[in-house]
Amino acid sequence: MALKTKTSTRIGVTILAWGIALWLFFPIFWMILTSFKSDVQAISSPPKLVFMPTLSSYAEVFERASYWHFALNTMIVSVGATAIAIALAVPAAYSMAFMPSKRTRSTLLWMLSTRMLPPVGVLVPIYLLARNTHLLDTCTGLAIVDMLTNLPIIVWMLYTFFREVPAPILEAGRMDGATRWQEMTMVLLPLALPGIASTALLSLILCWNEAFWSLNLTSSNAAPLTAFIASFSSPEGLFFGKLSAASTLAVAPILIFGWISQKQLVRGLTFGAVK
Amino acid sequence: MATVELKNLRKTYLTEEIIKGISLSIEEREFVVFVGPSGCGKSTLLRMIAGLEDITSGDLLIDGQRVNDVEPGKRGLAMVFQSYALYPHMDVYKNMEFGLKLAGMPEAERRAKIEHVARTLQLEPYLHHKPGQLSGGQRQRVAIGRAIVRNPKVFLFDEPLSNLDAALRGQMRVELSALHRKLGATTIYVTHDQVEAMTMADKIVVLQKGVVEQIGSPLELYHHPRNLFVARFIGSPPMNFFSAIFQGGDAAGSSVQLRDGSTLHVPVTSPGLLPGTKVTVGIRPEHVELASSGPNSGVVEVIERLGAITLVHVRMPDGEIIVVQTDGAVLTDVETRVSLTLPPRNCHLFAPDGLAFEACHRHPLAA
Ligand SMILES: Nc1ncnc2c1ncn2[C@@H]1O[C@H](COP(=O)(O)OP(=O)(O)O)[C@@H](O)[C@H]1O
Ligand SMILES: [Mg+2]
Repeated sequence: MALKTKTSTRIGVTILAWGIALWLFFPIFWMILTSFKSDVQAISSPPKLVFMPTLSSYAEVFERASYWHFALNTMIVSVGATAIAIALAVPAAYSMAFMPSKRTRSTLLWMLSTRMLPPVGVLVPIYLLARNTHLLDTCTGLAIVDMLTNLPIIVWMLYTFFREVPAPILEAGRMDGATRWQEMTMVLLPLALPGIASTALLSLILCWNEAFWSLNLTSSNAAPLTAFIASFSSPEGLFFGKLSAASTLAVAPILIFGWISQKQLVRGLTFGAVK
Repeated sequence: MATVELKNLRKTYLTEEIIKGISLSIEEREFVVFVGPSGCGKSTLLRMIAGLEDITSGDLLIDGQRVNDVEPGKRGLAMVFQSYALYPHMDVYKNMEFGLKLAGMPEAERRAKIEHVARTLQLEPYLHHKPGQLSGGQRQRVAIGRAIVRNPKVFLFDEPLSNLDAALRGQMRVELSALHRKLGATTIYVTHDQVEAMTMADKIVVLQKGVVEQIGSPLELYHHPRNLFVARFIGSPPMNFFSAIFQGGDAAGSSVQLRDGSTLHVPVTSPGLLPGTKVTVGIRPEHVELASSGPNSGVVEVIERLGAITLVHVRMPDGEIIVVQTDGAVLTDVETRVSLTLPPRNCHLFAPDGLAFEACHRHPLAA
């Protein structure tokens, strides 16, 4: 493989990358732009790029719904689901990474394969389970479901990170008299902390954006921001200004959070791949 | 200080037996070296003693107590790993403190101990450096220090010097020997390097494919290798071998006929071997003598001059190469014809199954 790529190739790749990035970012950009328009401006055709920005959509959104109620629910569910998932995944990934058996790899693959099932396939059983355990429209219920959907990915990611920690370091801990628990908490966790942080970050983002279960398992008490957006989408016709303002409000925290932590996130996501 | 006893230890991974029944006694204060080619099971055996690998069958006794099912940290051992395995997130002080802390030793006592060991190993200036800031040699010292502070009954080393450059390796070898003399702790040391084994060991255990080939002092292995494998493995440059025909023997020795028709009378016994059997003669390069004329002549093919000594590679008429170690000042040149003298008392004979014939007289240093 050539070490130096040709300049023309590099320029081509750069243009392509920017193109894709802009393509992906455009809807978000358009949403933010629209949120500063009035509902009338929002549906004007052709769409206006130059207009008098207004905060009227935001004012109406705040007037109609309690943003903070939804935001708090999202935060509780995301943080709760992530914390429980990490707590369960660390021991699981630890045993798979350092005490693998013949079936470890197939177990990992099987776990990941459950992510490929369309969630709607288990909607009825999960809904009934939640109803019978009185977890419908509770943060606990939604957090448990979010946690379970993300657990396979989290175990897989932690497994990859743990595999990078040289086994003799843990064995040295064992020789020094550490119990399995101490070996995990005092030797492995500090070493794998960057990886655990990126995993938690990813889990937070996935939970924050999760809509399917939020919409189906909550109504008012535990409704998170995704339900908040949905509540602006139809009943009285389409008000794109308000819808955009609500959406912007819902994704802003995680967008800012993701922006701040993007270095960590990218490092984490490419960890196993780039050696 | 402690004794270690292995009783018919076996290890099976899935279906493959890696350690095939090893029995061995290690005395108090003894420095035992497991040596053998790569992949022969040395590390596995050491890790079984450490408790890092389960023992499939057999008994492991430390100070007479069966410890097969005792946790590694509770066996009273300390191990130095080939990769050092220092805790990267802790500084040198904390690395050494970790085990003491887990054992519940009071702070003041820990400090005193660590400072004492750091002084012994000249680690004082680095106590608050992270392992990543240290050189290979310094990391090695920290790993040894971490083992020493715990005051273990037995030290285990797995190829601790193989990541160091040659000069440092030689220096550490001497330091480890001195340290062992000073601490007097029972030590088990794994290496594939026979020079390390010869220079450091009280007792060498030669392993091959999970079985013990021979156990003995360095000079015992050098003078009385039990079989072809040990003869080939111990000694540098390695022993020369060539085939011969067994003619007969008695209590005083055995006669063999060499390829050129000459007869060699070697002081080794040969119970039950039929005359006419093909045997292998072995002689170390340092025991072959060069002569300008006589039997056993060949042509010098390569000369390696190391200064103090010279290695002369001689091609014999049957095509075999015999290496002769001789004086640094020898004048012989390539392409010249030389004769080799094989002093019978330094010759070894090996039966077709590879086992050595017993010497009639033990070497005084290998009694
Ligand atoms: N975890 C394992 N699973 C299967 N085979 C192993 C494992 N560890 C070691 N082995 C095998 O055991 C043999 C001995 O290995 P090892 O003890 O590391 O040799 P050495 O230290 O003498 O080089 C090798 O053939 C190796 O492939
Ligand atoms: Mg090894």
